[in-house]
Order: sequence, then structure tokens, then C-alpha cells
Amino acid sequence: MKRKHKRLTFVIVAMALLGIAVGLVLMAFEENIVFFNSPTDIVNKQPESGKRLRLGGLVEEGSVVREAGSTVTRFRVTDLVNAVDVNFDGILPDLFREGQGVITEGKYIDGVFQASEVLAKHDEQYMPPEVADALRNSGEWRGDLGPPAK
Amino acid sequence: MIIEAGHFALILALMVAVFQAAVPMVGAYKNDSVWMNFAVPSAIIQVVLVSVSFGALTYSYVVSDFSVLNVVSNSHSDKPMLYKVSGVWGNHEGSMLLWVYILAIYGAGVAMFGRNLPPTLKARVISMQALVSLGFYLFILITSNPFERIFPPPADGRGLNPLLQDPGLAFHPPFLYLGYVGFSIAFSFAIAALIEGRVDAAWARWVRPWTLAAWAFLTVGIGLGSWWAYYELGWGGWWFWDPVENASFMPWLIGTALLHSSIVVEKRNTLKAWTIFLAIVAFSFSLLGTFIVRSGVLTSVHSFAADPERGVFILVLLLVVVGGSFTLFALRGPELKAGGLFQPVSREGSLLLNNLLMTVAAAVVLLGTLYPLFIDAISGEKISVGPPFFNASFVPLMIPVIIVMAIGPLLAWKRGNLTEALRRLVFAGAVTVATFVAVMALSDDGSLLAAFGIALAAWLIIGTLSEIVTRSKMFRVPMMVSLRRLAGLPRSQWGMSIAHAGLGLAIIGMVGSTVWKQEKITVMNPGDSVQVAGYDYTFIGARQFPGPNYTATRGKFTVAKDGKFVTELYPEDRVYPVRSMPTTEAAIYTMASADLYVALGNKEESGSGYVVRIYHNPLVVWIWIGLLSLVAGSVVSLSDRRHRVGAPEKSSKVAAAPQAAE
Repeated sequence: MKRKHKRLTFVIVAMALLGIAVGLVLMAFEENIVFFNSPTDIVNKQPESGKRLRLGGLVEEGSVVREAGSTVTRFRVTDLVNAVDVNFDGILPDLFREGQGVITEGKYIDGVFQASEVLAKHDEQYMPPEVADALRNSGEWRGDLGPPAK
Repeated sequence: MIIEAGHFALILALMVAVFQAAVPMVGAYKNDSVWMNFAVPSAIIQVVLVSVSFGALTYSYVVSDFSVLNVVSNSHSDKPMLYKVSGVWGNHEGSMLLWVYILAIYGAGVAMFGRNLPPTLKARVISMQALVSLGFYLFILITSNPFERIFPPPADGRGLNPLLQDPGLAFHPPFLYLGYVGFSIAFSFAIAALIEGRVDAAWARWVRPWTLAAWAFLTVGIGLGSWWAYYELGWGGWWFWDPVENASFMPWLIGTALLHSSIVVEKRNTLKAWTIFLAIVAFSFSLLGTFIVRSGVLTSVHSFAADPERGVFILVLLLVVVGGSFTLFALRGPELKAGGLFQPVSREGSLLLNNLLMTVAAAVVLLGTLYPLFIDAISGEKISVGPPFFNASFVPLMIPVIIVMAIGPLLAWKRGNLTEALRRLVFAGAVTVATFVAVMALSDDGSLLAAFGIALAAWLIIGTLSEIVTRSKMFRVPMMVSLRRLAGLPRSQWGMSIAHAGLGLAIIGMVGSTVWKQEKITVMNPGDSVQVAGYDYTFIGARQFPGPNYTATRGKFTVAKDGKFVTELYPEDRVYPVRSMPTTEAAIYTMASADLYVALGNKEESGSGYVVRIYHNPLVVWIWIGLLSLVAGSVVSLSDRRHRVGAPEKSSKVAAAPQAAE
């Protein structure tokens, strides 16, 4: 095999693999991208119920209710302008607190956000960038919420 | 005083680095041996200075010197000694100091063990190491100085984040950094080779052991992080495709490719430009990983509070390194003429194919990790890319890798015989099919995916064993002869087999724990029982328990199967008063077939029940065993005589006639 052919084989194989990868990536992107929404986005857009979404903001003070005898927790996520009811069945992360930033993932069904995941943080000072932006967009950014994300 | 000495030592190290970067490089250019010889002592002085600096910070942690801001923010006098020491790198400033410390150690390693390196190459490599250090010294001194004082000193510190007070995570950063920074050696060698315009087998013999060591450290680091996430976060998972996890996984993928392509350079003197390319990319990914973790630009479950200014500095550093080295690569790369030719079906061919797959896989992970940033920049829309994306795009790319991994080692260099190789894998193929059928038949849900995954692992393990059988001519010559042949196999051969089989074991664990995992989240009162996957968990009760610097609520569970006692489990929910922060300590009972995993959640506000999370995680232990085998394989391979750094060469055809690249 000549050097030129060898290089050609290399290029063809590499291109084919990249092509396959691009195909896989596009297919995966189709279904597996989750959009982030602030409570105001949810209230304005009223997203269709089948879609997986992320909802982020602050856990509204005094809104957390743990249902007795079950693992369901209800709370409200707010950007201090609008707020959305959230239901979550499971164990909340260790750093889940009222008044703190939170990101939840799930589906918005009949006016209630049914969360299947509440993202944990490792550090009480950490504010997810999306949440900080959501608060900034709602005009409610306060310095004491933690360092700005960007 | 001591802390000022540490600060001063770091500034001196910066000065030394300036000279270490400039003088040997100029010396190599002028071919002036006096100037080049500056490299070795300066690299050693540098490691001494950074040791003083790192030692000073460690000392202030050990004695809890609360006049140092960094100690105040991250330590507390009540903390056990282990976490006082690990607190040094459990924060941004200290971890960056650890980074430069490891960089200096690697640089000194080249200086001390590099006696038989060509003098110009050695001078250039050590100079490149200093150039990289220079960037990080500036970064530390300008944006992240751990030696800042605070006045008046507070009575006590704010404590280390309780999640980090864990033996698994105490050693996670040093290993991760030993891995990340270890790739700097391959990088410096690559740049030096580009400047020299030649890459030969001797070059590869140098790069290989350093890359292998870095790769092994990185494997340990990733493994520790994953293990920690598994038992500490209480989610029962070991990998979440989180940006911070991906940040360490991308250099690992590229490092794996580099490891294998450097074999081809050493043995066959070909794939040179590709290997140089990988060496640059591996270190770039290490820097990118540091950037992702330290800047907090991506939402991660593992994120800690971050300062954007620092992110910008690392980003600039990253752009300089990546931009500079790829420009050099573009200018000089084409001069690296390819060496030995080979057929597509050959050992080289199979290594190259897997190299390409690894690189493409790393690119896919990179795309998935950074995609939210692109979208945010383009449309302002905030998105997240979760595990389903990676499972759908990354995992399929690994399937051909595993298939080829069993075949490649059976192919000859230059021109392989595929039919002959496959003939030797007939038994492995039969076992694979049998495994597939058995898993389909035995598992209740008959999961096609699980059967396929486990069969693939069987193919890799049996295929690897078949290769050893082939090499020892077992069953074809008398047993004693083949045993002698086995003992005579080179250590690097054994290292490869142990690592490849280990990956197979890890795959069994990954597939099993993903597909057959069962979980139950429920409220339990003392005396309640629940059944998960055939095991009965009875909650006996919970009581308060004092720890050294926390209070734990410790639950007691008994586990039984078919009425027979299996074990007792004691999950804890700890509260650290210093940060008023709770952590979960899952209780895990490990068996070869499955982990029984219990995490204790909050107590009900009214009533005596606790929220309890029970996981049945099949085969998880094989992931850890597999990872240990990967590391063990690396260690065995590193002990091979030919890899011993600085060891005199045994006669080898390639070594005897190192060809110039031109």
C-alpha cells in the first residue's frame, strides 16, 4: 500500500467515524436537551405538559410542606416576581433550604411542576448561574444571594 | 513568619521559572551546553522552593493559624488531622498551589532522571515545563493567593465543607492533579519535539512511561471521585455525566489514545504527528478541565462557589497554550515525515482505529459538555444536556472499541492476518454468544441491552485471555514449556492483559448496576419492613450519635433474605455545626452479586418516621475491581525494564537505529 493510499484510508476512516458520531449526537440532541425556565418563563409560556424542563429560582420562604407519611414534598420556586408550585417525590438534597437557589427537573402538568429531580449543590454559597440570571432578569438580583455568576 | 516565607518562596519560584523557561531554550537554540545545563539545577531549585511554599501552607493548616485567610475560610480547630491536611487542597487557592507543586515535581523528575536524554531535547522539555509553571504562578499570585493574612485573626475558622471531609475525597484532588499535570510532560516533550523537528523511537520511549504514570494517577483520581459520589451523595449512582466529571474524563480518553499511539511510535516509528497532536490535546483537556471546575461557567452538581475573574485568567492561559501549541503544530507538524508503512489490518491499524474512536468519543463528550455554553452565547436560551445524551452518543462509540480491543493484540505489526486472529478468538466468540443467551434467559426482564453489554465484556475478557494462551502456546506444547513461556512474557504484555481484562470487569459492573438497579424511597417507622429485590430491610430505629466534629443520626437496619439474616446496616445523617450543613453517609453492604445500599433521609416533622432510600445495585463492586485492575496493569507495565526511566537500553532494533524524522 502506498503512502498516499494509507493517508487516504486514514482520512476516510476518520471521516466515517466523525460522520457516525455527528449522527449519534444529532439523534441524541433531538430528544435529550432540557431547556431551563425561570418561574416567569413558565407563567408566560405555559409549556406543553409532555416536555422535560428545568425550573430554577429560589425556594419561596415558608412554602415547603412535607406530606406526612409519604415522601412527597411540595414547595414553590420563585424569581421574586412569579412563583410556580412544585411537587417532588423523593429525598431532597442535603442543602435544600427555603430562600436558597435551586434547580429542579421534571414536567409541567396542569399548573404544577412535577419534579423528578432536585439538583444538589455541594456548597451553601454556590448559586447556579441560570438561577442568578433568572433573578437578574426579573430585576430582583440582590448581592446577598451570593456572588454573581458571570 | 512561616506563611510569609511560603509566599516569598513562591515569588522566588516564579523568578526561577522565568530563567528556567528562557535560558535553556536559548541555549538549545545556540547549542550552548553551559546555557542548556542551567535547566537541571533550576528545575531542582524550583521544586525546593515550591515545597517550602506548600509546606508553609500545610503547616499553617496543621497548627490552625487563623491569621491566614485561607485557613480561616477552610479549616476549623475541631477538625480531625486528616481533614486539616486535606483542607490545604480542599479549596481553590490551595488546590492551585498543589497543581504547581506537582508540576514542579514532574519537571524536577525529568531533570533528575533524564541523564541519557539528548541535551537539546532535555533543555527544551524542562524549559517548556517552566513556561507552563510560569502561567500558573502568575495565576496564583495575582488572583488566588493562599498566603493572604487577615487582621484581626478570628477565634476559629469556618470549617471545611463537610462533603469534603471524607477519606475518598481527601485523596481525590492529589491523584487527579497527578494525572492532569502528568500530561504536561507529554505536552512539553511534544513541543520540544516540534521545535527540534524530530520524533523518533527514543522520544516515544520517554513519553510512554510518563504518560502511563499520569494515566494511572488520573484513573485513580476519577475512580476515587466516582466512589465518593457513590457512597457520599446518597443517590446510589457512580457517574452522572456532570460537567465536572466530564472535565476529568476527557483528558482520560485522550490520554488513553496517547498511551496507545506512543506504542506505535516506539515500535514502528510511525503515527508521529498524530501522537504529537494527542499529547497537545491531552494537556489542553487537562487545562480545560481546570477551567471548567474553577470558573463555575457550567451548572454542575459538583460546583463550588467560584470567582469569575479566575475563570477568565485560566481561559486566557488555556487559549495561549492551545493557540500557541497548535500554531507550532501547524507550522512544524508536516515536517514530521511518516515512518513505517502498515496495512489497515495490522496491530498499528487496530491501535489507530481505537485511537480515532477514543478521540471522536472525547469530542462528543466535549460537545455535550460545552453545548449549553454555545447555546447560551448564541440565543441566550439556557439548556442542559443530561445523561441520556451521553448514553445515546458516547456508549455506541465504545462498542467497536471493545470489539477491536480483543482482536488488535492478536494481529501482527505491519501486516496482520485477520482470519488467523479470528480463528484464535473462536472460543471467545462462543463464550460471548453463550453469555448473551444465558443473560437473556436468566434475567427476568430479558433486557437485550444488558445481555449485549455483558456479552461484550465477556468477549473482551476471554479475548484477552485467549491472547495470553496463544502467546504461551498453551494446550499445544507441554504444560511446563508454556508456563515457562508465560513467565517469560514481558511485563508490558502482562500489564496490557491485566488492564484490558480489568476494563471488561468494569463493564460488567457498569452494565449490571445501570440496567438492573432497583430503588425504593419510602417513609419508615421503627419496626417497618420493606422488600427490595428479594431482600427484606427492617428499620430498627435511629439515635443521635456524637462524632469528632459533627452529630450523626444513626439508623439501624437489619437485612434478611428468605428469612435468613444477611447483615446489619448503619446509615448516618450527619450535621456539621460549624457550617450547619448536613451530609449523608450511606451504609453499603457489598457482595459480588450486588451492593445493598441504604441512605437515611430527614425525620418526619410530625411522627417518628424517617424518609429512607434503599437501592439494590447489582455488580457495582466489579467497577471498582475493574478500575483497580486498570491501575494494576499500568503499574506492572511501568515495572517493565524497557519502561524504566533512564534504564540503559537493551538491544532492540528500533533503539539501535533511531531514525531522524526528516
